[in-house]
Amino acid sequence: MRSRFSLLLLVMAGLVVAFAPLPVQPIAHQERTFRVEAHQFAYSPSELKVNPGDRVTIRLVSMDVVHGLYIDGYGISVEADPGQTATITFVADKPGSFRFRCNVTCGAMHPFMIGKFTVGTNNWLYRSMGFVLLAVVGITAQIKQKS
Amino acid sequence: MAKVELTSNPFIKRTLKSRWPQLAVFIVMLAGYLFAIVAGLVGTPVGSRNFSIVFVWIAWWAILILVAVPFFGRGWCAVCPIPLPGEWLQRGAVLTPPDKKPKWLNRRWPKAFRNIWLQNISFLLLALFSSVLLTTPSITGIVLAAMFFAAIGLSAVFERRAFCRYLCPVGGFIGLYSQTAPIELRIKDKQVCAACEGKPCYNGSIDGYGCPWDVFPGGLTKNSYCGLCMECLRTCPHDNIAVNVRPFSADLAKPSARMDEAFKAFIMLGSAMIYAGVLLGPWSALKDAAYNVGTNAWFIYVALFLAIIFVVMPALFALCVARFEKFTLFKKRFATLSTALIPLGLMFWVAFSLSFVLTNASYILASLSDPLGLGWNLFGTANAIWQPMLTSILAPGQSLALVGGLIWSARTAQKAANEAQTLSIPVIVYCFIATVVMLWLLV
Repeated sequence: MRSRFSLLLLVMAGLVVAFAPLPVQPIAHQERTFRVEAHQFAYSPSELKVNPGDRVTIRLVSMDVVHGLYIDGYGISVEADPGQTATITFVADKPGSFRFRCNVTCGAMHPFMIGKFTVGTNNWLYRSMGFVLLAVVGITAQIKQKS
Repeated sequence: MAKVELTSNPFIKRTLKSRWPQLAVFIVMLAGYLFAIVAGLVGTPVGSRNFSIVFVWIAWWAILILVAVPFFGRGWCAVCPIPLPGEWLQRGAVLTPPDKKPKWLNRRWPKAFRNIWLQNISFLLLALFSSVLLTTPSITGIVLAAMFFAAIGLSAVFERRAFCRYLCPVGGFIGLYSQTAPIELRIKDKQVCAACEGKPCYNGSIDGYGCPWDVFPGGLTKNSYCGLCMECLRTCPHDNIAVNVRPFSADLAKPSARMDEAFKAFIMLGSAMIYAGVLLGPWSALKDAAYNVGTNAWFIYVALFLAIIFVVMPALFALCVARFEKFTLFKKRFATLSTALIPLGLMFWVAFSLSFVLTNASYILASLSDPLGLGWNLFGTANAIWQPMLTSILAPGQSLALVGGLIWSARTAQKAANEAQTLSIPVIVYCFIATVVMLWLLV
């Protein structure tokens, strides 16, 4: 009976972790412009943070060979020739953390030329950590019950 | 879940006993392997356009870590082409045993090295150069060729598959993680093996070769060192060998207390975390350090890599499991409890590989049509555009793998702790911290 109750409690806690809305502070949408320098095999800056709903402009400047910038999840990209600047503008309407990466083969380490684009809070990370914590608490409780 | 004997099905048994299906797969694999060497050495230096990089580090790696190891354990070893030419030379035959064996040195592998320390070292050697290896076709070609010729050389000097068993950098971790796989080769009845004269499964007979992996099947209790080559199925005169489907991680219920295997678990767990940070993270200084071999930054990277794997992670684990007791008892408990890191490490690699593979899988189409990067268009897909696949399910998939890995590890820790007569909670906390770090790196 007790173990069933514990299981039910865990399942309910799991549902809360998975679906409970996280607190969001209302922030006015802004125009955000980033100058991102690309060189073999890195972006500078390599981490961009914006708020959900912001209108984002990325000016990609290639410092050596042709580079691109593709944002996972958004599926948008831009390419810049050596010494040139290319611009992309979009609305950051998908919250979360996304990798951005070079989409033009630029040399050996090209597949690992990666940056991070975060829109608001990275809910997946926090919910996953919640699950991890819940799993540990559940298993520890089960061990205590057995002993 | 009870075991289900696959070999009770006559068709499966006949197929596994016959040498022809295996030979057919071997030949395809061998051709692919040799072509990967050639492509690496003479093809385009652009990794994402070269067969050796795309098919070895994207296609093969995806199949190996996402399918073959979790579901078939050492299934890859059963069709791996690397030991083939050496084995054919050693045996003096391609299929059934010949009347007269060729006179190679046929030495026993030195006793001091009958463990997986050399495999730990060979894996680390590749790991430390991995940024270059994964991206430079010529280096991949050289490494593939080196493994190929090392296997031939060792077959000429030592008996059986010395390279696979004691040196292969890939075989070491496949063996470790094969313990979690839901498939096994085992004997049916111990008494039959005890009474069997001549032990043809180990020594060979006219029906087949003695175990190439230097294992007596009668003593098999875990998958780690069984290469699923099926020789014992062919040689057993008593029909006492079975291939079974079983619950996942059945071998981990009886944990090993060997330090070489314990450190393999740390090496694999630590490498997955380091790769997640270096290769998939946004920190360019780390990438530069890992790629620029021979520079001061690279030496610092190597020192940090080795320190994390051999000092930081084992020391933190030791702190979790330490008690005031004799060192030998501590060592045994340390090794036994480290079994919990095996499912965690496997799922870390799954999570890491999902990102790497889904992002780069679209290179396979282009490389298929133009494997050497010479401007061919064999199947009309040479100009296929790079496009990351399934990025919307990547983060949920990685989270699922990591959370699942933690739960799996915690269950394993409980069993290992019962075996070691100690508490599992410190080990679970260790796994929890490692999982949180990996989540932060990947998601």
